[in-house]
Amino acid sequence: MSHLIDIKQHKPLLDIKQLNIEGYDGEHWKPIVNNIDMTLKRGEVLGLIGESGAGKSTLGLASMGYAQTGCRLASGTIDFDGMDLMGLSDKEKIKLRGSRISYVAQSAAASFNPAHKLIDQFAEGPVQHGIMSYKDAVEKAIDLYKRLDLPDPENIGFRYPHQVSGGQLQRAMVAMAMATDPDIIIFDEPTTALDVTTQIEVLVAIKDVISEMNTGAIYITHDLAVVAQLADRIMVLRHGNLVEEGPARRMLEHPKKEYTRRLLAVRVAGEEKLRQKKDPDVVLEISNVSAAYQKNINIVDGINLKVKRRKTVAVVGESGSGKTTVARIVTGLLPANAGRITFTGETLSPDLASRDRDCLRRLQMIYQMPDVALNPRQKIKRIIGRPLSFYFGMKGKQATARIKELLSMVELPEKYMNRYPAELSGGEKQRICIARALAANPELIICDEVTSALDQLVAEDILKLLQRLQNELGISYLFITHDLATVKAIADEIVVMYKGRIVEQGIKSEILKPPHHDYTELLLSSVPEMDPDWLDNLLEERAA
Amino acid sequence: MLTLIKQSPFSARVGLLIIMINLSAILLAPYIAPYGETEFVGDVWDTMSYEHLLGTDQLGRDMFTRVLYGARNTITIALAIVMLSFTVGCTLGFVAATLGGWVDQVLGRLVDVIMAFPTLIFALMVLSVMGTSIPTLIVVIAILDSTRVFRVSRAVAMDIEVMDFVEVARLRGEGLWWVMRYEILPNAMPPLIAEFGLRFCFVFLFISSLSFLGLGIQPPTADWGSMVRENAGAISFGIYSPMYPAAAIAILTIGVNLVVDWMLNRSSLLRT
Repeated sequence: MSHLIDIKQHKPLLDIKQLNIEGYDGEHWKPIVNNIDMTLKRGEVLGLIGESGAGKSTLGLASMGYAQTGCRLASGTIDFDGMDLMGLSDKEKIKLRGSRISYVAQSAAASFNPAHKLIDQFAEGPVQHGIMSYKDAVEKAIDLYKRLDLPDPENIGFRYPHQVSGGQLQRAMVAMAMATDPDIIIFDEPTTALDVTTQIEVLVAIKDVISEMNTGAIYITHDLAVVAQLADRIMVLRHGNLVEEGPARRMLEHPKKEYTRRLLAVRVAGEEKLRQKKDPDVVLEISNVSAAYQKNINIVDGINLKVKRRKTVAVVGESGSGKTTVARIVTGLLPANAGRITFTGETLSPDLASRDRDCLRRLQMIYQMPDVALNPRQKIKRIIGRPLSFYFGMKGKQATARIKELLSMVELPEKYMNRYPAELSGGEKQRICIARALAANPELIICDEVTSALDQLVAEDILKLLQRLQNELGISYLFITHDLATVKAIADEIVVMYKGRIVEQGIKSEILKPPHHDYTELLLSSVPEMDPDWLDNLLEERAA
Repeated sequence: MLTLIKQSPFSARVGLLIIMINLSAILLAPYIAPYGETEFVGDVWDTMSYEHLLGTDQLGRDMFTRVLYGARNTITIALAIVMLSFTVGCTLGFVAATLGGWVDQVLGRLVDVIMAFPTLIFALMVLSVMGTSIPTLIVVIAILDSTRVFRVSRAVAMDIEVMDFVEVARLRGEGLWWVMRYEILPNAMPPLIAEFGLRFCFVFLFISSLSFLGLGIQPPTADWGSMVRENAGAISFGIYSPMYPAAAIAILTIGVNLVVDWMLNRSSLLRT
């Protein structure tokens, strides 16, 4: 009985029915979101999950009646507290946005105006809407900063965006969204750009503040472990269609649809690693290397590291720990000022310019963002063909045959040869980068966060591909990443870095088993897991 | 190419039309001009008639013919100048951006020194001393202009140079020339084409100014700038003779600018 009373009292705050959103591609209107029904009650957290391109952000923005440039809300109803947002004029919608419905963007760094102080940007919303005076807004800001656990809450608002860290900036943006006590806050991937350890702080802050103010929240993310911590209900989107919807716990424990199950599966190593009989030889050895950009200020210190043939060494750490710097030292872009690096037995000269071509050939690198790693004005044929002609003098028919072979090795069709990078998806572009690295027949490939910019399902395929190539071709990998799930899947040995030094290193099973170095402990425990109670448990543990 | 033109806005098409007309004037001048370039065919400052489509100029030469030949002379020289300044300016700009360090500093300061001179005065000085032959004219203006091209191409190259795909080429062991020609240049084309058009307009006006002052293209060669100067007296008599070459200068400048605007619009959207 009380259940029925609840329904009457808690009419949905936001009720979207049969919403269709279309996008203009230059010639036609194509559907982006198809016939979606979505409801949100007061105080409820709805998690919207899906791959990129699923329509999550588009749907989230539609909740405030907003369509991005080139899109339109084609049909359906968006009922917010009795008003149909589809029928309102722009002026009326503007009154709602920022006052009753707020939006927290993905990248705080890109969303704050670098020329104004944080507190001025906070006050802009409520003052513009005529809700409170500037003085009151400042008081409220300080109060919210306290609640969001920002350091030095009285004064932090008077700083500029570049003077605070990423996690603090993200929390300042959450505070800004709460300035007018909105009914709904839309969180668009707020922790995606943060390290795992910072992510925890922001998640805790969001969770506390939402439950205190009884705000409704739509939490958009592709990271399922994160959404498991916050959401009461979860909606799974794919290609603009609803796949599955239901209470969070039920969805995580017993997902009904195959696609949901795939998204929720913990990453596993696709292929078995080949067992090796004898102790393999060392391909790359870094001994006691340090490097600096300015004299006497070493950014990495005392690095000792070995990569064996056919093995993967994963270098893990937060941003700023020096992982990419190690890659730059090995490739010669940043000469080391101490120590030695040997590659297949020969000493590597520290400077790129003085290395010979064959040495350069055997050491290849794959980058994090395939969009910038491929020259947009070159066709795929040219991109893969250049290493072939540069290192082996292969031209004409021979080169074409080899390019086709390489494309099939990375599981791409031959016809991609004549395409430009812009015509490929993110995962496909990364495969082309891998093919380009393979074209040189390398012995060691440095993978610099190669899966960080990709969706989970796509990233998993790339990791499987890399593992298969290691088994077939015997390539070693120096795998740089901040994602521990990736490390668990692909690494043989793990090196943990913090502030330019190695804090712990060894084989995977040793590192992942306690006892750990303090920092490794922190890192491992900060990785969110699928258990909805994980965050609460962690906070209890850490408070104790 | 054709899809490019299909997607262009109306103003760009107008600009392209103007450029096409001027190009055909250059190519077909000897064939469609009714009289010779320096031939005296009528009375001084005759009005427009069937025989003289735009009347005659201050010495009795056919204005229409002179405008056609003026297009030929001025535009070809301006094109030569811009091509030379671009070759020099782009190469140095790319080198400065790619190598950085002291090379960048030295080239930058050298360019600063040359840019510190007021261009018209510098040109007048050099041309008075060295004579106003066409090659001298081309080289002087090209060197002055290459400084501006240096600045633009350096800025564009620096944007491209930080992309990962340039680092990939470097790590492969590619030389400086290869990186500049195949990695940077193709990506720098849209803003550079726009700059080419703008430089062309400025050079064009600059030659016309020099000719107006008597130090550019010498008479009796037809040149729009000097034609404006020579016919300027007609205005006092209410005769429109100087307007024809002046209008020709203005129309070409506007046409090129319209196309350049379109190129600039495209290049800002093309950034990956």
